[in-house]
Amino acid sequence: MLSCPVCGPKLSVCCTILSVWGIVMLALMGVFYQIHSVALFEDIPLNHTKWEEDNFPLEDVHKAYEQTGLNCFIAAGIYVLFFFFSCWQQRLNSKANYETS
Amino acid sequence: MGSFFRSEEMTLCQLFLQSEAAYACVSELGELGLVQFRDLNPDAVAFMRKFVNEVRRCDEMERKLRFLEKEIKKDGIPMLDTGDNPDAPVPREMIDLEATFEKLENEMKEVNANSEALKRNFLELTELKHILRKTQTFFEEAEIHHVQAMHDPGLTDESMGLLGEESTRHSQALKLGFVAGVILRERIPAFERMLWRVCRGNVFLRQAEIETPLEDPVTGDQVNKSVFIIFFQGEQLKSRVKKICEGFRATLYPCPETPSERREMAIGVMTRIEDLNTVLGQTQDHRHRVLVAAARNIKIWFIKVRKIKAIYHTLNMFNLDVTQKCLIAECWCPVDDLDRIQQALRRGTERSGSSVPSILNRMVTRQEPPTYNRQNKFTNGFQNIIDAYGISTYREVNPALFTIISFPFLFAVMFGDFGHGFIMFLFALYLVVREKWIIAQKINNEIFSMFFGGRYLILLMGLFSMYTGLLYNDIFSKSINIFSSGWRPTDPKTGAFYTRQVLGDHNLQILQLDPNSSFQGPYAFGLDPVWASTTNKITETNSLKMKLSVIFGVCHMFFGIFLSFVNHRPIDIILLKLQLKYVYSLKMFTLFKFYCSTSFTCMSVYLENIHSVISSSVTMALKLTRQILPLLQSEFQGFLVFLAAISVPWMWLVKPLYLRHQHKYGQEFDFGEVFIHQTIHTIEFCLGCISHTASYLRLWALSLAHAQLSEVLWTMVMQFPLRMNSIAGAFFLVAIFGFWACATIIVLIIMEGLSAFLHTLRLHWVEFQSKFYSGTGYKFHPFSFEDLTDYSIED
Repeated sequence: MLSCPVCGPKLSVCCTILSVWGIVMLALMGVFYQIHSVALFEDIPLNHTKWEEDNFPLEDVHKAYEQTGLNCFIAAGIYVLFFFFSCWQQRLNSKANYETS
Repeated sequence: MGSFFRSEEMTLCQLFLQSEAAYACVSELGELGLVQFRDLNPDAVAFMRKFVNEVRRCDEMERKLRFLEKEIKKDGIPMLDTGDNPDAPVPREMIDLEATFEKLENEMKEVNANSEALKRNFLELTELKHILRKTQTFFEEAEIHHVQAMHDPGLTDESMGLLGEESTRHSQALKLGFVAGVILRERIPAFERMLWRVCRGNVFLRQAEIETPLEDPVTGDQVNKSVFIIFFQGEQLKSRVKKICEGFRATLYPCPETPSERREMAIGVMTRIEDLNTVLGQTQDHRHRVLVAAARNIKIWFIKVRKIKAIYHTLNMFNLDVTQKCLIAECWCPVDDLDRIQQALRRGTERSGSSVPSILNRMVTRQEPPTYNRQNKFTNGFQNIIDAYGISTYREVNPALFTIISFPFLFAVMFGDFGHGFIMFLFALYLVVREKWIIAQKINNEIFSMFFGGRYLILLMGLFSMYTGLLYNDIFSKSINIFSSGWRPTDPKTGAFYTRQVLGDHNLQILQLDPNSSFQGPYAFGLDPVWASTTNKITETNSLKMKLSVIFGVCHMFFGIFLSFVNHRPIDIILLKLQLKYVYSLKMFTLFKFYCSTSFTCMSVYLENIHSVISSSVTMALKLTRQILPLLQSEFQGFLVFLAAISVPWMWLVKPLYLRHQHKYGQEFDFGEVFIHQTIHTIEFCLGCISHTASYLRLWALSLAHAQLSEVLWTMVMQFPLRMNSIAGAFFLVAIFGFWACATIIVLIIMEGLSAFLHTLRLHWVEFQSKFYSGTGYKFHPFSFEDLTDYSIED
């Protein structure tokens, strides 16, 4: 096991907070994409010219929504890993701190 | 009236203290911290006062303690801070304390002197050791050169060293002298040049750096030094060289000439260094033991000494009565706490064992009492905002009470975003929940303590921003549809929902809705989420926010004018003036307000006509105004204009004329001055009514800027990974989300929050408080042991 931490005590706290935020927000966004939230219509991968040519099929829109929703869930998952990593770093730091003092 | 609404009622009291009980009584009052003493001999110079000797002794003790503290810090020994608060010691304990500190200080000084001498000795020996070691190599090199020069005739004169040349040529005829020493490394170049110039190149300098830095015994710094050796010829050069060495503060050491002597000396030096090392270690141990013992008590001692000093400093403010038996003091104290003060005095008298009680006597005075607002940790932050502008006049209405709500609210109007407000709320919640722990940490960071001091303010600001964010329907610039939207896209002709067919037939990119058919009813709470996907969102929110900000501003200022009513006694002449002021401004504002609501009407009608989408709230206002206003509006407006027109001369003329009427008989009265004063006041007020209303438009401007900025950040940053049509988007999303989060915190929460805070501060200080607040009082500074740093002999 690595004994010396990669990031310092403050950075690891920041990373923990950021990853908690990332998990919550990205997971929620994923849910909203899954239920095809109208407010997120501008944030989906939709080729507007092609969509218009095909006479606005709803299936394209739904597909785009689900794709981004999946991406959001994956990103949230990565943040979960990142969360564990920064927690581990934090523990290492506090341990190092404890030993020196 | 509540105590936070106005400052405490204060009274001036006279205290008669028996001279033997005075010390104990003042000590009790200091623990209580509710009494502000007045200096009864302000003309007396510091050294002419009665207890000046005691104060001096305390100063001396404090100096000793500071010295000890410095030494403790130098050794890095942790000082025990138990946080307990010892009572002020009785006067005779002072002698014990003095003796203890004296002993400790002397011991410390002795140890320091010893260790400095030892260290100097040690330094000299180490330098000598280095000299012997380095010069050894110089001499050996010279030897080799010598031998080489003799055995190698091919070697030219140029390639040989100066020393070698000299020594081969003159070794028999002239004996070379040399001095060896140690000099600071940075002085070497100058030293070399000087030697060369002064001795015209007739000396030879060799130098070598000492690798390990040496400790300077006086300052304790680590310094880099170099060993040098200078060869020269003749006495005259020797004296010159020595002078230069002196000038450059180089230390010269005697260096024996023969190798065997040098070796012997080196051995001697080594043993002496070893001996010194053990002695030094013992001295350090002793010093450490003394300091550790002192560190255990030093905080307590500090508190005790400062308490004694504060007491004597206070006693110096008292008057001695004729019989010398009793001290007379004058003090301000809150009327509600007189009982507690009496009790404290009784306790003090008992403790000192005096038989005669101390007497507290209320006095009548015409002097302006100090302003005292009782505070707790919640109200403290708000009171500080007001006090930064000006301490309220005695018994004046304290705006801090209203600031508790109005400040976070006006802030939130500008900072309305649920997400940003939530983050701010969480931050403040952390500070509030971990309050005790953070206080115990004693963090001295100025910026952090500023945030920490205003934690309840930030908490409320966060909460209110969440509320306004929901009203604006902004969550990180996205809106959310909780109660279903009031708009149904229906065709006005057929009454049926728009379908894809209609869109395809008309090839419409943008659909205009007719409110008459499409609008079902207002959205339940706040802005309809459908606005987020319309093209005229900014136009709509702009007009909404602008009107709201004017209405808020008018209410806020009205409230200020009402408060100015409360500020004055009813029978007062000022009432007359104020009434007019009130009437006048009422007119001005109502006028504005009605103008506003008319503009509401016009605007909504206008919007309706162009078949644009309109907001629910506007529609509600529209329905209301359409029914009531047209009937009365023009007449009512005319009436208001008439009232406003007459109230200006009234406000301008009535007060000076009335005052002149009052002073007709008897006292002198400068009508001109009063008149000019009132004229200025009237002009200021009339102009203020207009300009201050306009000033509230900053609510709209900042709110708009905040919403736009957060939207821009989202579209410029977050949209890129979200619009990726593959799994790679997820990885981009992780990285870019991190960037977006940091930018949100730094730009949108910290920077925007700060600017919104400052604008809110201005609205309160200038626009609100100018209506009623004079703020010319002075703060109540009770004599208290809680803040012990201020008492020194100088003030």
